[in-house]
Amino acid sequence: MSPSQPTAAERFINGILPENPVYRQLLGMCPTLAVTGAMEPAMTMVGATAFVLISANVITSLIRGLLKPHLRILVFTLTIATFVTIADRFLAAYVYEMSKVLGPYVPLIIVNCIIISRCEICASKQGVGVALADAIGMSLGFGLALASIATVREILGKGEWFGVTVLGEAWPNWGIMALPPGAFLTLGLLLALANWIGQRRAEALAAREKGTEG
Amino acid sequence: MTDEPRKGGYIRQAWLVILLALIYGAALAGTQTALGPRIAENKRQETYAAIPELVGVVGEDEAGPMEIVAEDQEDEDGQRTYKILVGDVVAGWILAPVVPGEDGREQCVYKVLAADKAIAGWVLPATGQGFADRIDVLIGVTANVSTITGLYVLDQKETPDLGSRITGEAFRDQFRDMPTDRPVEVVPSAPGAGQIRAARTGATISSQSVADIVNRTIANLKTPLRKLQQEGGQRPPEQ
Repeated sequence: MSPSQPTAAERFINGILPENPVYRQLLGMCPTLAVTGAMEPAMTMVGATAFVLISANVITSLIRGLLKPHLRILVFTLTIATFVTIADRFLAAYVYEMSKVLGPYVPLIIVNCIIISRCEICASKQGVGVALADAIGMSLGFGLALASIATVREILGKGEWFGVTVLGEAWPNWGIMALPPGAFLTLGLLLALANWIGQRRAEALAAREKGTEG
Repeated sequence: MTDEPRKGGYIRQAWLVILLALIYGAALAGTQTALGPRIAENKRQETYAAIPELVGVVGEDEAGPMEIVAEDQEDEDGQRTYKILVGDVVAGWILAPVVPGEDGREQCVYKVLAADKAIAGWVLPATGQGFADRIDVLIGVTANVSTITGLYVLDQKETPDLGSRITGEAFRDQFRDMPTDRPVEVVPSAPGAGQIRAARTGATISSQSVADIVNRTIANLKTPLRKLQQEGGQRPPEQ
């Protein structure tokens, strides 16, 4: 392992906030926009993506010494497609209604850039422990992002959270929030908020360092 | 030379890919073997739950929860009969005979009997290619196959929020009460008799695919089902 590579703890932490796949890397936009109309489909998508990401990272890390550079993308895709198919079949068997709600978005996990990028950036270069920590961190980061967007959309769009009424009868459901424009609006606003917070923290850190030097 | 790293033959280069493909193939086969029956049962339950409303045996505003219960005995073809219960009242029966189509291939259809044991209608499972993937539908028709009584989309992977609107009532209701004496046509807007609006989905190919599936299935099964109805389709299930 190259000494400049992050440790397992760093990989884990980075995936949650500093390198959040949605808010910092703008990856996985398709499920982020498509299945965040409510918490239940969003969390099911997070579970399926986490399963595929963890499995693909672990397998890729285990066989990293055997990977040939010109065949690695093929191996990543083959591995990811297998676990996506298993996840898809599992959902169809045990949560059939949700599987129908998610429709083509579960098979589309195959082309989710978060997974193939983690195979390329981390799992094909580092050990199993680090790859596992990276996958869990990224899954949590992805879950956090989808949960935040789905929470805003479901509460404002339907007055509910996880299907439970939270705003009462008086709330005039903002139908647009449950529709595709609501997904773009919410993502844009939360992305701006994440950037603003990041900028404020960076400025505060810079000011502190300047004060220490002075 | 660009081919330099690939020296050593294809097998030496690709053995890992081949090995992984075999392992993953076995894993997928195992998954399908383990989960396939459960998925098939889920689909069967969805199909049987949709059938009564498709032929109008049970209405949307029916009092009491509907239940489909398998009868103990099987018919002469080894097919099980299912009883449609609304609350405690028997609303009808579903049988699943195999019918030879005009194309020479045998196809399973659902024969629905009303409470008075007369044929209420048929439900025809059908499949065809959509824009993205296969579309599976159920087509409800009257006992003499003269009118479409309903359409239900069992499975589709069309473009979300566009072609996927074929599952919505606004699109499906266009087929209701449509005569089967001429093929269903897809028009951009302002439909006449025997026509449906593609604008209901905004996806011409998906709408056309469903219309093609309906037309092909009805053309294939209309005559055999009418013959079956005349030959003894009125026979009630053994009690």
